Amino acid sequence: MEILNTALVDWSRAQFALTALYHWLFVPLTLGTSFIIAIMETIYVKTGKDIWKRITKFWMTLFAINFAIGVATGIILEFEFGTNWSNYSWFVGDIFGAPLAIEGIMAFFLESTFFAVMFFGWNKVSKGFHLTSTWLVAIGSNLSALWILVANAWMQNPVGMHFNPVTARNEMLDFWNILLSPTAINKFLHTISSSYVLSAIFVMGVSAWFLLKKRNLAFAKRSVIVAATFGLIMSVFTVITGDESAREVHRVQPMKFASLEGLYYGENNAPLAVFGIFDRTPSPYNPKAKEFAVKIEIPNLLSYLATFNPHAYIPGIHDLVHGNDAHGIISYYDRIKMGKIAIDALKEFQLARKAANDSVANASLKTFEENYKYFGYGYYNDPHKLIPDVPLVFYSFHTMVGLGFYFILLFIFGIIYAIKDKLTKHRWFLYFALWTIPFAWIASEAGWMVNEFGRQPWVVQDYMPTLSAVSNINQSSVIITFFLFLVTFTALLIAEIRIMLKQINGHKDGGTK
Amino acid sequence: MFEKLSYLGLQEYWWAIIALLGGILVFMLFVQGGQTLLHRLGKNETEVKMLVNSLGRKWDLTFTTLVVFGGASFASFPLFYSTSFGGAYWVWMIILFAFIIQAVSYEYRSKLNNFLGKKTYDAFLFINGLVATIFLGTAVATFFTGSFFHINSMHHSFWDTSWGGLGLALDFARYATYVNLSLGLAVFFLSRTLASMYFINNIDDKVVAERSHQAIIKNAIPFLVFFLFFLFNVIFMKGFNYDPKTMVVNLESFKYWHNLMDMPVVFILLLLGIVLVLWGIFRGYFFFEKCGRKAIWFTGLGTVITVFSLFLTIGYNHTSFYPSVTSLQSSLSIQNASSSKYTLIAMSYVSLMIPFVLAYIWYAWSAMNKKRITRKEMEEDPHTY
Ligand code: HDD
Ligand code: HEM
Ligand code: HEM
Repeated sequence: MEILNTALVDWSRAQFALTALYHWLFVPLTLGTSFIIAIMETIYVKTGKDIWKRITKFWMTLFAINFAIGVATGIILEFEFGTNWSNYSWFVGDIFGAPLAIEGIMAFFLESTFFAVMFFGWNKVSKGFHLTSTWLVAIGSNLSALWILVANAWMQNPVGMHFNPVTARNEMLDFWNILLSPTAINKFLHTISSSYVLSAIFVMGVSAWFLLKKRNLAFAKRSVIVAATFGLIMSVFTVITGDESAREVHRVQPMKFASLEGLYYGENNAPLAVFGIFDRTPSPYNPKAKEFAVKIEIPNLLSYLATFNPHAYIPGIHDLVHGNDAHGIISYYDRIKMGKIAIDALKEFQLARKAANDSVANASLKTFEENYKYFGYGYYNDPHKLIPDVPLVFYSFHTMVGLGFYFILLFIFGIIYAIKDKLTKHRWFLYFALWTIPFAWIASEAGWMVNEFGRQPWVVQDYMPTLSAVSNINQSSVIITFFLFLVTFTALLIAEIRIMLKQINGHKDGGTK
Repeated sequence: MFEKLSYLGLQEYWWAIIALLGGILVFMLFVQGGQTLLHRLGKNETEVKMLVNSLGRKWDLTFTTLVVFGGASFASFPLFYSTSFGGAYWVWMIILFAFIIQAVSYEYRSKLNNFLGKKTYDAFLFINGLVATIFLGTAVATFFTGSFFHINSMHHSFWDTSWGGLGLALDFARYATYVNLSLGLAVFFLSRTLASMYFINNIDDKVVAERSHQAIIKNAIPFLVFFLFFLFNVIFMKGFNYDPKTMVVNLESFKYWHNLMDMPVVFILLLLGIVLVLWGIFRGYFFFEKCGRKAIWFTGLGTVITVFSLFLTIGYNHTSFYPSVTSLQSSLSIQNASSSKYTLIAMSYVSLMIPFVLAYIWYAWSAMNKKRITRKEMEEDPHTY
């Protein structure tokens, strides 16, 4: 494809990264707090105690402030595939558009309709209808997560499709295959559970601040109990689903997997890197560079986690690029060759078809189909361009995982102290709970960095490189919109945070009943 | 059940869904229209607050309809999605920015410590009302008048002017620009007419109702002028026809008029829609005491039907719904821009959910609107914008 303007590609990537990462600042909080609020309101309806109504309303106010900006940053993503990735939108739109449309029809209407009832309906509809609305908002937002994650998972692990050489695009073969691909299931479960963890940390942290200030004690203690319990269950679930995701990455995206662990040379009995700091990364010009300055490892664990066999072979980046006959790995050099054959055969097929030359068309179609598996590789000459930014992926991954285990510990303390009613006695815990809030976001954003940077340079794994996905527009337009987004979103973020802090700071709930 | 439909049948079915979404979207733009009237109909804090809160319970639905319109066109006509959004980059970016700033404004405008200040958020609402209506209307008009793009053999689209689509609204050397803008302005004034009717329906207040009553006629007249200008041009203009066998596109005189004659049902729907719109305006203004509160339903339903039938006019009867004036053969039709048959079938099953969605929206809406908005509520309820 003609697009080789790398600056355009880079600006488009930067814009997508910017808008997606901003959107993701608000999304996980929406996903999780909607459930926490629904639980709290259920307690209110069951017990009839007024304090639970006040608790519900307070968190609902914060929820609404966050929801608004989530919606504001979401709309752009919906259209950005068209505005900035239009070649992508045609090449895979037949598959990729469907989940986006389903998301709108199934989830967004549910969210927006019942959000209005939940927020304004307190005195307008019955208690039962109101509670149902609150649950429907929670279900709606989580359904929207499902569909968009199915779409994203498909880019990582493209299944259920075939290439139609006449229309020059991929077409859907099996809807259920796409919906139920293991990558999609893992991604959905891991993403929503991690979002619940983030929300639990938020609720616990804000409540801890009230306790530190000796305000709203009855209110804050109850909130901590709900949040810490919910958070502990969900963080265990996050670890399990994250572990499962990693196995899936090992299976379908071995290059990403090697980057997660900074594994340059494959080995049997591969150790797990618990911690590491890069020294200099090996490159074709500097093959013997030492990878890590510091590294702590657990022997055999990586092999075990990836395959359940402690002695299994795990390919490294070097093996993928140069191939490894002993383990049946086809080198990137060979894949590039096959990709180029596929690209040429497709052109030949199209010309022959125009000229109504059936025999040539059939022959080139056959060649094309034999080599299509590596189609995307054909756009590259240098296999080293097919390696993601390893240190970035490595650090993001380890930050996320490390924080995940720390959160579990924090929730355990939260539950113990809350049950024994000793929260106010352990101020160190309250400080920790408060200061952990930003780290929940760091873990969550790091997860997306792993996922998205780890798959580079593919926009659709093995089939479509990012550089051929962009729209044919001029680069200066993208640069301008990039900065417009930066300024607008930052202003809105500042507004959101200030409003939230004011709401929290001004909250007075003296009651204990 | 959808497996039995032909490929063309599925494409027509999906075009009808897009048309319906388009119709609902234009009706729901009353929220935007209302945002441009806040300080005309409300002369003090409480009155403005009533208006804002009345719209504030609905804005998310309009927003969502736009999003679903985008998603549904991506899924069913991906080549349209990639060509239009990627090509008319600036037109869509301006529309999107107008919606981005709207989404936070209701929630943030009257909160303490809101960083930008109430005036800014109200200005955001005004900008959204102005820009979204005019640009969306103008963009839809290009479905009739054509855009500047070409598509290569790999189906990559390229825009042929350097303004990223802005020329469609700003190049005053072209006659088509006036046609495009006339629809944009028609949508703008229609949305204000609808908003006035909505306020009368939803707000229980004599002062606001009387001002809205006057606003109906002040906006309906310019709406009619611009809309009739547009309709007149559509009927007399050359349209983009394609041969269903060879798929070759050609310009045909009176194409859209021919389409209406070839599809009498669509023609009758169009007339019915226009009559309903006018009936609502007429009754709402001249029989205000008796019918004022009901006017929104007539004009609203009429709007949905009118827009729906206009979309059918450009999508059916082998017409290019997204034509290119610079490269005639690149013009998009429901046949060459659509998804594969398999995807359309799968999506058609999903579409069975739409009546259900409409039903719960209706149910929730009427539950919420049973009690109308009053001054007293605004002064007492802490959950107001
Ligand atoms: C895992 C969850 C998730 C992910 C990965 C994304 N979103 Fe999102 N999105 C949501 C979860 C969500 C949500 C929780 O449902 C939001 C956030 C706040 C809200 O109000 O709804 C939302 C809002 C939201 C809206 C506004 C909806 C409305 O009108 O109410 C749009 C258009 C999008 N998103 C589109 C996207 C696109 C195109 C994405 C992919 C690049 C994307 N989102 C990533
Ligand atoms: C909200 C959560 C998400 C975050 C934080 C996120 C993050 C990112 C980041 C950081 C990039 C840039 C990588 C690069 O520099 O190339 C990126 C690119 C991209 N992502 Fe995601 N992503 C998210 C969700 C999604 C989803 C759900 C989809 C698909 C539906 C998606 C599709 C894309 C596409 C098309 C690109 C551009 C191509 C590319 O640069 O690889 N993203 N995303
Ligand atoms: C503690 C153990 C954890 C493990 C083993 C783990 C594992 C993983 C893996 C392997 C991926 C990449 C999946 C892919 O690229 O397809 C991922 C992504 C992600 N992680 Fe984690 N994670 C853990 C904890 C967390 C925590 C605590 C959070 C946030 C609070 C989090 C949030 C995310 C997010 C948002 C993504 C991107 C979505 C996705 O690809 O699923 N993870 N995680």
